[in-house]
Amino acid sequence: MATFESGLYYSESHEYIRVEGEFGFIGISDYAQHALGNVVYVDMPEVDDEVTAGEEFGAVESVKAASDLISPVSGTVVEVNEALEDEPELLNKDAFANWIIKVQLSDPTELDNLMDVEAYKAHCEA
Amino acid sequence: MNRTLYGNLIFELSKKGRRGYSLPQDYDRTHSTAELPEALRRSEAARLPECDELTVVRHYTNLSHNNFGVNDGFYPLGSCTMKYNPIINEEIAAMKAFAGLHPLQPAETCQGALEVYYNLQQSLAELAGLSEFTLNPCAGAHGELTGLMVIRAYHEAMGNKKIRNEEMKKDEAPASSNSLNSTFSNSQRTKVLIPDSAHGTNPASAAVCGLEVVEVKSLQDGTVDVDHLRQLLDEMGDQVAAMMMTNPNTLGIFEPRVLEITDMVHKAGGLMYYDGANLNALLGECRPGDMGFDVMHINLHKTFSTPHGGGGPGSGPVGVRKGLEQFLPTPRVVMENEKIGNEENKKDAASASSNSLIFTISHSQSAPLSVGSFFGNFGVMLKAYAYILSLGHENVKHVGPLATLNANYIKERLRDDYLLPIEGLCKHEVVFDGLVDKSTGVTTMDVAKRLLDYGYHAPTIYFPLLFHESLMIEPTENESKETIDAFIDVMHTIAAEAKSDPELVKTAPHNTPIGRVDDVLAAKHPITTYWKSLEA
Repeated sequence: MATFESGLYYSESHEYIRVEGEFGFIGISDYAQHALGNVVYVDMPEVDDEVTAGEEFGAVESVKAASDLISPVSGTVVEVNEALEDEPELLNKDAFANWIIKVQLSDPTELDNLMDVEAYKAHCEA
Repeated sequence: MNRTLYGNLIFELSKKGRRGYSLPQDYDRTHSTAELPEALRRSEAARLPECDELTVVRHYTNLSHNNFGVNDGFYPLGSCTMKYNPIINEEIAAMKAFAGLHPLQPAETCQGALEVYYNLQQSLAELAGLSEFTLNPCAGAHGELTGLMVIRAYHEAMGNKKIRNEEMKKDEAPASSNSLNSTFSNSQRTKVLIPDSAHGTNPASAAVCGLEVVEVKSLQDGTVDVDHLRQLLDEMGDQVAAMMMTNPNTLGIFEPRVLEITDMVHKAGGLMYYDGANLNALLGECRPGDMGFDVMHINLHKTFSTPHGGGGPGSGPVGVRKGLEQFLPTPRVVMENEKIGNEENKKDAASASSNSLIFTISHSQSAPLSVGSFFGNFGVMLKAYAYILSLGHENVKHVGPLATLNANYIKERLRDDYLLPIEGLCKHEVVFDGLVDKSTGVTTMDVAKRLLDYGYHAPTIYFPLLFHESLMIEPTENESKETIDAFIDVMHTIAAEAKSDPELVKTAPHNTPIGRVDDVLAAKHPITTYWKSLEA
């Protein structure tokens, strides 16, 4: 069964963001990795790329499907999780520990449009 | 068949010096390359496998036995319409008079072939409710791209017209710009609306055509969210080039508001594109043209019984509504003499007298360029035309209804064991969301693998993406009740096995030449060429 982590912001398209100061760590939820199945490739942006809330910033490919990654916030990519290049299966092992990109938020008020863990849990069960 | 031996790769069966022929001792082996310039000759051996003829024959016969096609058994692959390929189609396509044709042959020497080509265009137009078809695209996705290029050319021309009108008003000379410019200088219509449930080829084709994809949301039952569509049209209606739709949609559900949708898009100035992948459900019953679609492609290998196998050849004819014919690619086969029904004219054509040419090949200068080589895959068209004529006007009407009946019969008989996410009638295919009982841990993948043990091809799995455990079954109209009942029994057996012996299902297949393959390894580290060096 999928696990849910509190203290994070979630989007309808199953990305999460963990906010630390002016930075946010974006990844996919445990629910999303369960639904995708074995992840075989993660397509990530490059450092200094701009991401926009609600727009695609990469993709996750599993043996079942390829899904776009939709950014929950706008900002600048300051780091990508390079470990995922060789070991995309890290997303299956622990989706919350293995974030995909670290972003410097340009508009923290966008976080208000996202869900907390309880709302996200209800969204997944609906 | 000794699979252990002949199931090896042909490279692994190679033994140095083995030959399938013997030449005289004094044969000059340099003979064939002697005339070639040094630069064109290999500097090292080609490392081809070396085998005797019998080993080669057994190897490939073994491979062919490992294959599974419609001729081997039930093949309920949803979304792909794996229809039986009647043998008469093959016989006709193999006739010397057709197979021996050269694409550059003068029109007066191949009137019969051109007549078949022309008649197939007309037949498809009639069945689709559209005006004209080009048969040139070589596959479904090629058809999608061609159709979108037609739409783009249309908007370009409309943009030019507008500019010309404005310039005329300013009392200036009419602009002589090229309406087939590959840029969008004269059209703001660059967006294509595509439902989130669409086949992946739709957004891919739009992107390749240089258009921007905008996703339209689906309702819970997988049909288009018309309110969301209205909202998008309000926001960006004047930028919409087209909306692409599959009907019935990828879940096998007929779009009940299709007339409203096509009307809304037309009012915004966009065109409607019909993805013909699921046309089989409608064949003989209703027509995309009557629903308001302007451009469509047909997969002859799905709806019109031509083979899918071996990666082709395919055929993806594109049809258009009246008023869009001038944007179809060339070459086109044109009938010069409208009195085709007149026996005298037919006789004249057969005698190949250039004075009485009925069918000519048009390479109009003003029309768009070719989208491929010559006329597309003519052999495939012959098979599709043979299929249409074999069915005839009366029987073609039974195709859609029987395909739909078969799918609904399977739906109702399997819903006790397999989770049915959408109530109500489906069309030619039915989607389940895995087993009803999820407690065993047996997934759709496991069910699909276990079906192989029972001699059935697996259905489509994990598509559509709307459900996590999609299992999409499309029986087609070809199958007898006995075949379908036997399949249903096996599906029930597997559901029972999932409870009594889940490991058996999770480790399936057990009776196939190769067991469960490692999907993850294959996706992460694909090995596509033979890498070991042959025996020196």
